[in-house]
Amino acid sequence: MSSNAQKSGFGATVWDYITSVDHKKIAILYLMSGGLFFLIGGIEAMMIRIQLMKAGNDFLSAGTYNEVMTMHGTTMIFLAAMPLLLGFMNAIMPLQIGARDVAFPFLNSLGFWLFFFGGIFLNLSWFLGGAPDAGWTNYASLALASESHGIDFYALGLTISGFGTLISGINFLVTIINMRAPGMTYMRMPLFTWTTFVASALILLAFPPLTIAIFFMVFDRLFGSHFFDVAAGGNTIIWEHLFWIFGHPEVYILILPAFGIFSEIFAIFSRKRLFGYTALVFATILIGFYGFMVWAHHMFTVGLGPTANAIFALATMIIAVPTGVKIFNWLLTIWGGSVSFATPMLYAVGFIPSFVAGGVTGVMQAMAPLDYQLHDSYFIVAHFHYVIVGGVVLAIFAATHLYWPKMFGTMLSEKLGKVTFWLFFIGFHLTFFIQHFLGLMGMPRRVYTFGADQGWDLFNAISSAGAVFMALGVIIMLVNVVLTTVKNERVGNDPWGDGRTLEWAIPSPPPFYNFAQTPLVRGLDTYWIEKMEGNKEGMIYAEPLGDIHMPNNSFLPVVMSFGLFVASFGALYHPDDLPWTIPVIVLGLLITFGSMLLRSLKDDLGFHIHKEDLIKDREGVKTDGH
Amino acid sequence: MDINKKYTPQSWPDHPETATMEGKNKFVGFWLLLAAESVTFASLFATYLALKDKGPSGMEFTAAELFELPLVFAMTMILLTSSLTSVYAMYHMKNHNFKSMQAWLMITVLLGASFLGLEIYEFYHYVHEGFGYTNSAFSSAFYTLVGTHGAHVLFGLGWFIALMVRNAKRGLNTYNAPKFFLVSLYWHFIDVVWVFIFTVVYLMGVIG
Repeated sequence: MSSNAQKSGFGATVWDYITSVDHKKIAILYLMSGGLFFLIGGIEAMMIRIQLMKAGNDFLSAGTYNEVMTMHGTTMIFLAAMPLLLGFMNAIMPLQIGARDVAFPFLNSLGFWLFFFGGIFLNLSWFLGGAPDAGWTNYASLALASESHGIDFYALGLTISGFGTLISGINFLVTIINMRAPGMTYMRMPLFTWTTFVASALILLAFPPLTIAIFFMVFDRLFGSHFFDVAAGGNTIIWEHLFWIFGHPEVYILILPAFGIFSEIFAIFSRKRLFGYTALVFATILIGFYGFMVWAHHMFTVGLGPTANAIFALATMIIAVPTGVKIFNWLLTIWGGSVSFATPMLYAVGFIPSFVAGGVTGVMQAMAPLDYQLHDSYFIVAHFHYVIVGGVVLAIFAATHLYWPKMFGTMLSEKLGKVTFWLFFIGFHLTFFIQHFLGLMGMPRRVYTFGADQGWDLFNAISSAGAVFMALGVIIMLVNVVLTTVKNERVGNDPWGDGRTLEWAIPSPPPFYNFAQTPLVRGLDTYWIEKMEGNKEGMIYAEPLGDIHMPNNSFLPVVMSFGLFVASFGALYHPDDLPWTIPVIVLGLLITFGSMLLRSLKDDLGFHIHKEDLIKDREGVKTDGH
Repeated sequence: MDINKKYTPQSWPDHPETATMEGKNKFVGFWLLLAAESVTFASLFATYLALKDKGPSGMEFTAAELFELPLVFAMTMILLTSSLTSVYAMYHMKNHNFKSMQAWLMITVLLGASFLGLEIYEFYHYVHEGFGYTNSAFSSAFYTLVGTHGAHVLFGLGWFIALMVRNAKRGLNTYNAPKFFLVSLYWHFIDVVWVFIFTVVYLMGVIG
């Protein structure tokens, strides 16, 4: 191995990860912290289900319930689902296009640390006077009335982590536009790369409105402005518009990469080329495009008028068309394939009916008159959990099994994986299917309890029982991770045996420069093509073996993110008339902008891996790598 | 890329800003960032239009009473000119004429600084008249939109100066050429946003 891989010892490893700009290590950081936040969000979910398991329960007070419910949604969307997907994008997308890293390795690291400090800041609210309690949508009319600092933690924390996500989005876009290997045309890109591309474009255009809305919230609550203050001429509907102009594309930011993961899985485990690749690509682009045209369907009951409601209702129904195209493409990929039901494939097959159910209830809500009935009831809760859990979470679990060997060089246990799948899958439907009916029976969402005379006891008890199954599934998955790591049986390049794309043509885990020689891509499913033609190496090369240029590690991303973290504390306590708040804001911003200046002034040219080291590396792989 | 490589106007590439892989990536990445910035300002403009002249009952200030065009027109001319001078700087950058580039960048910075000075004066004047940030929804929206633009100008000035000082001794190479190119691109973007502010906030404010 080359120079910077030589150090050993626990401290050196930690330092290496903290300063790393390697997309594969940053992916592992995303996976670990996203996984941690997923567990926290899961515990909050269990608290909600314990509170609601019987009528008139007093496990949580009304106020605490609001905090738990808000933090569950916020954590799961911003701090678990997105980072976990960003982790897989980081780990796999550069490999799929034959790149040695992303376009901006330094910004990749900065994106992670901004997300991380934002997430920590938001969760510190539990210990510093109370968590946010206005729901994950944080409607201004509620949020301005909230008395604790919880809303401020929400606003400032999401600002920081939102910057991180925006930076990652730009990074992935440039990577895919500029860094594809020779021959990797747009229409030869694997579907996961395509969905990463479109989701990144959505991040690029959807996060700024959220940032602006949150800025308004921060200024209104902490610095005396009146954007949402009706008495001073403000308008709370502005928050709703800006939030949903972000919020609806956000749903696609989550689900498109999930679609990409499942597309990979269907092709691999059906041992067949994806059916209708071109249609899948264009459906992805169309969904991304329509995603920006439908935000007001979250606001049918605000009173925008029949014309606006009709337009947004129609636009929403149109989205079902490209989504339906995708569903049929996946089904036809399985059709006639030589199917193997490994764990990832189980998730993929389980995903189709689950997600279709979520999609159908979505179209129901797209009809504005019906939405007046369903709005703010448990029907909505059931719908979006079918989409997010039945789509995104199943995809994340599937990807964990599929890509674990590529990221860590060892396979998760298939036996335990299947146990997790069945527990989680059954638990999921048990929890959420029945909530459709609770909604139709009139149970409102976001209310901390219900009366014994309302007739919702049994269904709520069943729903809570389902949540236990889901929790058991997750615990077994954790056991699986620990056992697998302890056993540490190494695997070769293509552990599933049927890999089709470039990431399966290189060692697991890949060397830190990914490709000793940049590959030459000859078609869709390039690794499959080479395998079918009997190419033992799995690749043909676009260049001779030579020195490789790599970026240096850097500690600055942590410092930059930490500066904003510090400044946020100053802003948070600003309205409390404390003397230190302005100095702390200034100090934090100085740290951030100072390290940006340092980054700008100090030349960072990276280093070269020499050809001889690459040859040595390759020999090493051949002797112990099978 | 070799940072110590010396160029002459003859050996200097036609497009120095995209002559290296890093340069190409920065070029595309920055255009994408400008797309995100456009959405940012679009959100601010939309909010401003929604809250224009809105305030508590008995509010004194409206756009038509408050704004006066002569000062803002002067600011507009100064900023537009600074965009032009940054184009001259990039012209000399492409011809590998470092000294002329630095000179035109200096003029750009001076123009930008005078714009910023006038904006600070304008804000000071309004606050002095009693139109503070916390007066009304209108005042909050106005100061946030125009102030965000002002903050961008300030950041741009700092960026220009940092690059000019850092590279004063070593001249142009393909490592720093993309950096100069990006800051001038950024400067044009700020200029375009100001044209919209001048139209939407000031002209439409005074006329109706």
